[in-house]
Amino acid sequence: MLSVRQKRDAGGREDRAVFRGAALPWLFLLPSLLILAVFIYLPTLRTLRLAGYRANLILGTEQWVGLGNITDLLGSATYRQVALQTLVFTLLSVTGGLLLSLGLAWLASRPVRGSRAYRLLLIYPYALSPAIAGTLWLFLFNPEIGVVNQILGDLVGVRPRWLDTPLLAFALVTVAAIWKGLAYNIVFYLASIRNLPTDVMEAAQIDGATPAQVFWRVAFPLLSPVTFFLVFTNIVAALFDSFALTDLLTRGGPYVGHAGITTFLVYQLYQDGFVNFKTGAAAAQGALMLALVAFVTFMQFRLGERRVHYGA
Amino acid sequence: MVRDRLLPRARTASPTRARRGDWSAHLALILAVLLISAPLILALIKATQPSSAVLSPSLLPGGAFFTNLERVWVDAHLGRSMLNSLIVAVTVTAGKTVLALLAALAFVYFRFPLKGAAFALVLVSLMLPTEVLIVALFDLVSRDLKWADSFAAIIVPFLASATGTFLFRQHFLNIPASLADAARIDGCGPLRYLTRILIPMSWNTIGALAVIQFVYAWDQYLWPLVIMQRDDHQVVQVGLRKLIEVGGQTDWGAVMAGAIITMLPPLIVFTALQEQFSRGFALSEDK
Repeated sequence: MLSVRQKRDAGGREDRAVFRGAALPWLFLLPSLLILAVFIYLPTLRTLRLAGYRANLILGTEQWVGLGNITDLLGSATYRQVALQTLVFTLLSVTGGLLLSLGLAWLASRPVRGSRAYRLLLIYPYALSPAIAGTLWLFLFNPEIGVVNQILGDLVGVRPRWLDTPLLAFALVTVAAIWKGLAYNIVFYLASIRNLPTDVMEAAQIDGATPAQVFWRVAFPLLSPVTFFLVFTNIVAALFDSFALTDLLTRGGPYVGHAGITTFLVYQLYQDGFVNFKTGAAAAQGALMLALVAFVTFMQFRLGERRVHYGA
Repeated sequence: MVRDRLLPRARTASPTRARRGDWSAHLALILAVLLISAPLILALIKATQPSSAVLSPSLLPGGAFFTNLERVWVDAHLGRSMLNSLIVAVTVTAGKTVLALLAALAFVYFRFPLKGAAFALVLVSLMLPTEVLIVALFDLVSRDLKWADSFAAIIVPFLASATGTFLFRQHFLNIPASLADAARIDGCGPLRYLTRILIPMSWNTIGALAVIQFVYAWDQYLWPLVIMQRDDHQVVQVGLRKLIEVGGQTDWGAVMAGAIITMLPPLIVFTALQEQFSRGFALSEDK
C-alpha cells in the first residue's frame, strides 16, 4: 500500500521543505531516534555480540565461542524440528487465513441490506488479543470439561484429546491463529474491494465472463497489492504473535520427536533464554531470526517492485 | 455466492431471483458471522453460568456473570492489572502519536544533512522486532537501567513508532505545499503549523493509528511476561495466564468473565474510532 503512494510521491512532487533551522529538525527527531537507538539498535548489537558467547545471564558467566552457538543450533535436531514446524505453521496459517478472509470480505461487500452491520460483525474480533484467543480456545477444547467435547460427545460420541494428540494440537493452534487473524485481513480486503474500479468488472461481465472468471481474472489481480502486503504482515504475525497463543493454549506441546510440536521459533528462543537460561544460545537464535526477518523484508521489497499489479 | 454482485440491475429482471440471491447472501453472511463469533459467544455464555453449570454441556445463559466477574476482579486482582494495562496502552498510544508527528514534521518540512540516513534508521527498525532482541533487551533494561518491575520498562521502549512516522509522512506529503508556504510567510513556526494546521487535518490518520497502537500496546504479552515479576504491576494479558495456572482447579466461569472484560477496552477504542479507522488507514484513495 505504501508503495503506491511512494511511487506517486517520487514523481515530481512539490518540495515541502519550507521551514528553516539546522538544529530544529534534529530536535523533532531526537525523541524517536533516542528510543530507537537505546531500545532497538543497542539490543540488536548486543544480541549479535551475545550470540558469540556461551553465556548465562543469571550466573553472569561468559565464554567466547565464536560461531559455536550458531553451528550448534544448525546441527541440533531439536532446532531443526522447531524451524520446520514454524515453516509449516506459517505456510498453513497465512494461506488459509488469506483465502478465508478474501472470501468473507468478497461476500460482505455484496450490496445486501445491513451490509454495514455484517462488516462490523466480521471485523470487531480485531480487538481480541492472542492471549485471550489462547485462553478461550484452551477452555473450549479442554478434553474433559471443554464445551466442544461435551457437544461432540453428546452428538457423535467422540471426545478427541485436542491438546495431547500431536496432529490435533498442531491443527488447533493453526486454526486458532487463522481465526485470530481473520478480522485484520478482512479490514484490508474490504477497503480494497471497495476501491476496485467497477467499470472494468462490468465490462468483463458484459463480455460474458462468469462471476468466477470476473473474480479470478479481474478482481483477484487488482487485489494483488493488498494480498501482497497482507502476506508479509501475516508472516510476521505467524512468527511473533503466535507466542501468546501457543504459550496459553499448548505450552509448546505435546512432545513429538525432539521438541513440542507447537513449539515455534520465538517460543524456543523464550524457553532457552528465560526457562533454561542458555543466554548465548537464545541470542544466537535471535541473530538467526534477524536474518530471517531481513530476508522476508528483502523479498517484500524485491518482489513488490516487480510482481504486483498496482491498479489504476 | 457472489453471483449477482456485479451484474447490472437489468440482468436480474425477475424479482424472485434477486430476492433468492439476497437470501443466500444473508444466509452465508450470518453463517460466517456466527462461525467467527462462536468462540466468543460460547465464552460469553459460560461467563454467565454459575460454577455448577460451567463444566456441564449446558449452553443456557445464567445470571452469574457479576459473581464470576467479582471473583476475578477481587480475588485475582483483575481490576489492578486492567488498570495497569490501561495506563500502559494509553501512555504508549499518546507517546507514539506525538513522537511520530514530530518525526514526520522534520522529515517532510525540513531539508537537512543526513536526512536520508535518519530516515533509513527509522525504516530499518521495522525489521528488528522486540521479540527477537528480547534476551539483550532484558539484560539492558534490568541490569543497566535497573527498570525491572517498573512501568518504564513496559512503556518507554515502545514509544517510537516507525509505522506512525511513515503514515504521517505519507499524509503530510498529500497536503499541498502552498499551505506550509503561506503559514511560514504569515510568520507561523513549524510547531504552531503542526498544532494549528496539520493536526486538525490529520484526525483520520491519528485515529486509525491510535486504534492500531492501542491494540498493539494492550496485547503486549512476551515482554511483560519476562520483565515484570511484581504482580501488582503486571498487565492483564499475563494476568490471565496466572488465573489459568492455579493448578487443576481453574475457575473457568471466572476466567471467561475476565477474558470478556479484558476485551472491552480495545473494543471500545475500535468502535469509537471505527470511522477514522476505515477512512484514515484502510487505504481508501478518497480520504
